[in-house]
Amino acid sequence: MTSVVDAVGLGRRYGRTWALRDCTLDLPAGKVIGLVGPNGAGKTTLLHLLVGLLRPTTGTVTVLGHSPGHPQTRSRLGFIAQDKPLYRGFTVAETLRMGGWLNLGFDHEAATLRMTGLDIPLDRRVGKLSGGQYAQVALALALGKRPDLLVLDEPVSNLDPLARRDFLRTVMEDVAESGRTVLFSSHLIADLERTCDHLVLLSASRVQLSGDVDDLRANHVMLSGPSSHVDAIAAAHTVVQADYGERQASLLVRASGPIHDPTFTVRPASLEELVLAYMSSPRAGATPHLRLAVAS
Amino acid sequence: MIEFQLDNSSGVATYLQLAQQVRHALRLGLLRPGDQLPTAREVVAKLAINPNTVLKAYRELEREGLVGARPGQGTFVQRTLAGGDPATQVRLRRDLDRWLATARKAGLDAEAVEALYRAAMRDTFLGSEDVA
Repeated sequence: MTSVVDAVGLGRRYGRTWALRDCTLDLPAGKVIGLVGPNGAGKTTLLHLLVGLLRPTTGTVTVLGHSPGHPQTRSRLGFIAQDKPLYRGFTVAETLRMGGWLNLGFDHEAATLRMTGLDIPLDRRVGKLSGGQYAQVALALALGKRPDLLVLDEPVSNLDPLARRDFLRTVMEDVAESGRTVLFSSHLIADLERTCDHLVLLSASRVQLSGDVDDLRANHVMLSGPSSHVDAIAAAHTVVQADYGERQASLLVRASGPIHDPTFTVRPASLEELVLAYMSSPRAGATPHLRLAVAS
Repeated sequence: MIEFQLDNSSGVATYLQLAQQVRHALRLGLLRPGDQLPTAREVVAKLAINPNTVLKAYRELEREGLVGARPGQGTFVQRTLAGGDPATQVRLRRDLDRWLATARKAGLDAEAVEALYRAAMRDTFLGSEDVA
């Protein structure tokens, strides 16, 4: 499978603080990739490194086969920053015209059709649009460029549920048509669950997890059973998170095979449980076969 | 045409939910051979989900021989799905009733039976998509 992003040991430091460390990532083409992590985990730093707005302190990265600032990469990449900067005094039509002037091969007709299809008046000033419409104009501008990779930084975080659904629907319909690769960050696990093939989880400035969503879900299970048996489970599988009661323990486990211990009840882990477990125990992803002491 | 719905709280992967809904419709006779499944584009427009998920569900059903893709036209139902022939169903049900009576006599309540059943299901159908 071809990669759109290939990062090795990527890191970025601000003064004495590392915003991102040891980031080694291989992101597949033709997928919708979700980037999730707590605030301050390094999501925006990673995205800015990928689109060439930041230079790495350590490591290397290629995006679409070249370094991020390379003209070849820049012309094939669409990016919407978290604050979705647009000229508020421009009308929608003027904004799209600007897109055509600034980008070679801009599909002005498709961008205009997108606006009329969503009942967004072309003569309205961008500053007067609703939040949802404003986001759609930013998206039309990015898609008009017909990029091979679309990068979105928290695109729906400030939208109401309906506008959020409409925005994601527009992105997904475009993917259905174009097969474009999309990389977007979000806090909303339900949205990621509906839209992503691949998930990258950043926590404490490091990549804790990166993989196919269905594989991740198939490999992770929730277990509950006697605390005294946890050591045996941890010897055979990776315990990502453990909550201990006096006798009973509840575990989220990355299973290396079937769980044979009959004293444990097993059920599939939801994506939310999985994400929360890795977020709250950073290092679990980096350390296979983490050993855990049983609280007595 | 089948109308897909998603249960976000079920914890079941989206593509499995879609495939299960098609199988369910086939068992109930709501979908018949020759019927067309909605295109990925149509499902995406309704549910705002990843089109790859829809294609993955359809590939799964194709692998099971339940549907087939006709290039340029779409995906169509190829055969129905029955839960075994009626005589077999009756026999299996009788065996199950007998087994349940034995379990009850041995002092197992409904929850204990269910736990046992789940464990047995897991061991028997491990790796199959209906049971995690």
